[in-house]
Amino acid sequence: MNVNANANFAQDNPMSQFLRMERMPHIWCPGCGIGIVVTAFAEAIKKSGLDLDKVAIVSGIGCTGRTAGYVKLDSFHSTHGRAIPLATGLKLANPEMKVVVFSGDGDLTGIGGNHFIHAARRNMDLTVVCVNNFTYGMTGGQVTPTTPHTANASTTPFGNYEYPFSLPFLADACGATYVARWTSLHARQISASIKEALNHRGFSFIEVIAPCTTLYQRRNRLGDGLDALEYYQNDAEIVHDIDTRLVDIDYQGKIKVGKFVHKEKPTYLDNVNQHYANVLGDEYQLYGKTTPEREAEAKAKAEAEAAAKGAV
Amino acid sequence: MRKVKADPKGVLEGPHFMDGDHALAEGALAAGCRFFAGYPITPSTETAERFAERCPEAGGLFIQMEDEIASIAALIGGAWGGQKVMTVTSGPGFSLMMENLGLACMTETPMVIANVQRGGPSTGLPTLTAQQEMMQARWGSHGDYRVIALVPDSPQECFDLAIEAFNLSETYRVPVLIMTDETVGHMHEKVVIPPADKIEVVERNWYTGPKGEYKPYKFGDKNYMPGPMVKVGDGHRFHITGLVHDERGYPQATVEAGKINITHIIEKIDSNRDKIVRFEADQLDDAEVVVVSYGITSRIAIKAVMDARKQGIKTGNFRMITAWPFPEKQIREIASKVKAIVVPEINYGQMVMEVERLAAGKCKVVSVNSTGGAVHDPKEILAAIKEARS
Repeated sequence: MNVNANANFAQDNPMSQFLRMERMPHIWCPGCGIGIVVTAFAEAIKKSGLDLDKVAIVSGIGCTGRTAGYVKLDSFHSTHGRAIPLATGLKLANPEMKVVVFSGDGDLTGIGGNHFIHAARRNMDLTVVCVNNFTYGMTGGQVTPTTPHTANASTTPFGNYEYPFSLPFLADACGATYVARWTSLHARQISASIKEALNHRGFSFIEVIAPCTTLYQRRNRLGDGLDALEYYQNDAEIVHDIDTRLVDIDYQGKIKVGKFVHKEKPTYLDNVNQHYANVLGDEYQLYGKTTPEREAEAKAKAEAEAAAKGAV
Repeated sequence: MRKVKADPKGVLEGPHFMDGDHALAEGALAAGCRFFAGYPITPSTETAERFAERCPEAGGLFIQMEDEIASIAALIGGAWGGQKVMTVTSGPGFSLMMENLGLACMTETPMVIANVQRGGPSTGLPTLTAQQEMMQARWGSHGDYRVIALVPDSPQECFDLAIEAFNLSETYRVPVLIMTDETVGHMHEKVVIPPADKIEVVERNWYTGPKGEYKPYKFGDKNYMPGPMVKVGDGHRFHITGLVHDERGYPQATVEAGKINITHIIEKIDSNRDKIVRFEADQLDDAEVVVVSYGITSRIAIKAVMDARKQGIKTGNFRMITAWPFPEKQIREIASKVKAIVVPEINYGQMVMEVERLAAGKCKVVSVNSTGGAVHDPKEILAAIKEARS
């Protein structure tokens, strides 16, 4: 049966404005957590009131990396680990865009770790959503930088002897100005956090712990997607504003979730403009003002001129 | 292609005493490049420094990324953000850029990458000259693809070819490489920058059709010319991917889709070879021996050709300005008329392999190779000319 031929079933879906329905069905497995995060992202964008034409999404490679291909925005499926630098170029070349990076733990913090820490350091105005399923799913369940100590993976068949990253701590330490963590059980909270992050100026990071049922769950005999949600139900604890040094995840241990960091700091582009304006004075023309800003400025100038004429 | 006059903001009109690295940055600014992402590496750093310094007045943005991988990835974003984009690097950084060079080819993203070549392999001879990445320029990224590579022989040509590189990259929607070298990069010479209204710049081929109908690619058009581009934020909601894709940019994991996609990115260069290839030929008519060279080596070759002529050896000179696509027709023609072709290069013999392939046994092909670090002594080339004739 050609499943694509039946793709019209979804045209009335409330997500149809947001998804490339002609690309359905997607590749994700039953019980996978990625879809929940994508739905939460769609809800967040809807509620944020942002113009969908002015939001771009960039993904790397991997299961979560396929998200850009399904979302009906200006969308980029880049190379493994390079979503953040591509998004950086996009944002700097066209600062009026809201640029969202949507990718997995291996992509963003393994092969792409260097870009992650530097974008956070610069307070680059990006929203980074990381679906952390503790595994390289697309390649068959290998260990990642976030796989909990002792968990089994196909390249650590006797259990993981490495220490994992605690991503909120990493992001916080590197200078991220918005950091939150949820599990895929917390659909509404994810959505609220993404909405908040979209309205935040600066590097915002949202980690979502999500199950990979086909690989991580099965290999570790943790049951199916529902069992994973039950684990989140029992062991996820909402602790807002907690010190990010305290949010490590042990194998099947407690998961601290919530909004951990939310602070204001000039973004990379703010700094470019402020610094040049300070050093070069009035000669310097600000880089990358958004169109509404430019229009508002032109209007204000015209009004001021008209007022000046009137005064004469 | 719509040609316009250069934006005067980026044009530093007048005569200058300038090195090749700085001339590359000036050429980029004159061509309308306003976004540069780079990472410092000898002997190319001066280009990035110059661009960073000139940015505020020209109205552009320079960002020093965390590495060369990030630099080229940022260019792909920058280009789809609507800007003309450039980076500069040398051997080790060029190697790091290879994967995303493939993404740029696959997504048909215009950009200019200058490689100021130094001795390799590995860290090699960072401060000394070489031409050792000529084949990497052609084959360095995985898979089948095509790029355009230009080889300037002077600071003036660094300026001129930087503009040409942007024009070609917009015309063919392809990364264009400027394969210069440490000697040209650090050589100071007179560089004349013409007034803005004398500089022709190819504008991006912007899509002007209705929203909702834009396709990022057009495969198999006349001469495989690429379709128009849009930028993010224009409401076209386009998708691009490094996967084999259809004209909508959607992944298609089939043999047939791969054939259409890959044929297109190759044929858009190969079928336009005659329009792209640039070269200089001198004294070929009666030549028994022709020296084929490029970049800094061609300036040494001229001396050898002149000396050979003085000694009564009918010698011609052929300088490649475009290394890729290779001047196949021209070399084939030369090979059918002469006794020998001499190919000096500052490597262990790279472009000579192309010359041998096209000569196909019709004439002798002599490589005057070097392990890098210094330009040739003209006597070495002269000796090869003499030996080749005998």
